[in-house]
Amino acid sequence: MSRYTPSNLTLAKEIISRYPRPKSATIPLLHLAQEQDGYVANDAMEHIGELVGITPAEVRGTCTFYEMFKLHPVGTYLVNVCTNLSCQLLGGEELLHHAEKTLGIRPGGTTEDGMFTLEDVECIAACTEAPCLQVNYRHEYRLSLADFDALIADIRAGKRGDIPAHGTLGRTRQHITSDRLAGVETPEAGGTPAWFSSRQPAEEKA
Amino acid sequence: MPTNAYISHAPGYVDNEGPKIVTSRFPFDDSYTIERSLATGGYDGLKAALDRGPAEVAGVVKDAVLLGRGGAGFPAGIKWGFMPPVWPRYLVVNGDESEPGTYKDRLLMERDPHQLIEGCMITCYALGLNQCFLYARGEMPLAHERLAQALNDAYAAGYVGKNIMGTDVSIDIVLHWGAGAYIVGEETALIESLEGNRGMPRLKPPFFPAAKGLYMKPTIVNNVETLANVPWLMNNGAAAYKQYGSEKSPGTRMLAISGHVKRPGVYEVEQGVVTFRDLLYGENYAQGIRDDNGLKAFVPGGGSAPWFFEDQLDVPLEGSAAGPEGSMLGSGAIMVMDDTTDAVKAALRLVRFYARESCGKCTPCREGTAWEEKVLQRILDGHGRPNDIDLLLSIGDNISPGPYPVASHPEAGLTAVPFPPKQTTICPLGPSSVAPITSAIRRFRDEFEAKIPSAPQAADNLDISTTPAVGEHH
Repeated sequence: MSRYTPSNLTLAKEIISRYPRPKSATIPLLHLAQEQDGYVANDAMEHIGELVGITPAEVRGTCTFYEMFKLHPVGTYLVNVCTNLSCQLLGGEELLHHAEKTLGIRPGGTTEDGMFTLEDVECIAACTEAPCLQVNYRHEYRLSLADFDALIADIRAGKRGDIPAHGTLGRTRQHITSDRLAGVETPEAGGTPAWFSSRQPAEEKA
Repeated sequence: MPTNAYISHAPGYVDNEGPKIVTSRFPFDDSYTIERSLATGGYDGLKAALDRGPAEVAGVVKDAVLLGRGGAGFPAGIKWGFMPPVWPRYLVVNGDESEPGTYKDRLLMERDPHQLIEGCMITCYALGLNQCFLYARGEMPLAHERLAQALNDAYAAGYVGKNIMGTDVSIDIVLHWGAGAYIVGEETALIESLEGNRGMPRLKPPFFPAAKGLYMKPTIVNNVETLANVPWLMNNGAAAYKQYGSEKSPGTRMLAISGHVKRPGVYEVEQGVVTFRDLLYGENYAQGIRDDNGLKAFVPGGGSAPWFFEDQLDVPLEGSAAGPEGSMLGSGAIMVMDDTTDAVKAALRLVRFYARESCGKCTPCREGTAWEEKVLQRILDGHGRPNDIDLLLSIGDNISPGPYPVASHPEAGLTAVPFPPKQTTICPLGPSSVAPITSAIRRFRDEFEAKIPSAPQAADNLDISTTPAVGEHH
């Protein structure tokens, strides 16, 4: 495991084909690896490097810059409590401390059963709905401490099928059929689109 | 159709009674579908654009003075004009919304993806390019799902891709997403990230994206909300657009008001006509401070903006008015603090954000933000040193030399220092960390002093085991 499965390899190649340079697909491919394994494994980074034409070290260099990529397995559910200013003003820190107690872990830790990893995170763009959190990046708004406990109980009871396991982001993917694709050119080969030249007034043609 | 009310299917959005340019479909619970979009004039703007020449389309946006909604507020039409006649060229959509307090681009992507896609297509057409990259923030999977579905539908229906709407025009839009890095919202860092690299900003000059952007080719980077305005503009024209808002800042803006107010929400507001007082206290807006407490301070334009106070309540909501008063409207995020707020704690919270998010490329920011956080933390913990206030200001001066932008305080005889600050760094992240510090110290210095012990501390306060370990933030 950890290299792409055959179906994910097909998907990876489709993603790469949309970019003028393969390396641009690095971050989407890291997400795909994380979706497959729940974290980004070393073998996956090596595979990505092969596919986009860079070294595994370069893939790791990109990977480690971004907070969402986990280099080690985390819980099935990543619970990210916002403590940035808007949430802090309305109890974000209290919510985080309560989450620590309920789950029995500090931020960065994972429960023994591997269900939950807790993180304190920066602004997640729901500031009017403070205090808020995300479970695997799905928002929960205006949580009281009791709401938090109910949320965790619901997840443990399997009542939150709307939240996929960690690693899966958007469940709908972009897919461009070959007959609808305008066409991808390398930065070196690309030129002025013919339609643009023909539609510009004569004196403005490049 | 409800007015002046929360819309349950769009959490945070308040449908107030003002004009709706970008939120017109929000009241529909199926606003994100192609069916709803087409039933309410979706892609009419693209059709109108295709009937005209690209230069004419660009002219409409220029005439409308469509100001960028990402933070800097630069006119989009002028930015577009900076592209040299070099191909290929690219459009990159900045949907990496992560400025503290900002909550609008996510709503626009989740609630009306077709409006954004249409705006992208019109812009690509005006600029004569055939590849657009839509960069959405990683932590927004619902936006990814809605955008992916919308793109798939729009491709199938012939509004995006090869020979759009039966013409010879062919343009692709690729949905791309990030992975958690605030700095990638900076346009040159966004380009680095889109090239598959660590998201570290590039030096301008020479790397102005319009000249040397993605793959070193001319690239326009526009904010989501900026492009969401374009279809309306195409349908209604520049003159109609200018009927809304003020002369310098036409149209509307989406503003997120959060914190200690009775009705926090995202409001579409006419620029320059409505004031901060209207927004904080107005019946159609936030309806006042919670528990009718006093106002301590408010952040007028995202975490990076110097704070405003009671004295600035009558400043109109537009960038050109906020700048001379010592701050900015930035990304349209207003965070309100009532008089129970601890100024040191609030400043620390914002500074800690910049310390965490500094990319590490420039020394003054990499070292300075972490140092600022450390000093503020020890003041808050009661371990402050007598010279810590001066030390904080001195660190700030190394990141952002000279008088830092700050609001006036007539009572104390202090005048405003206009925005923006100077910087010793490549991008504005470092200088942003100085904003909460100078704002808080200048207005609430006594709160800092009160937390710094003047007498020797009791031995139990000096117990080293109570001091957080390095790297431990809690």
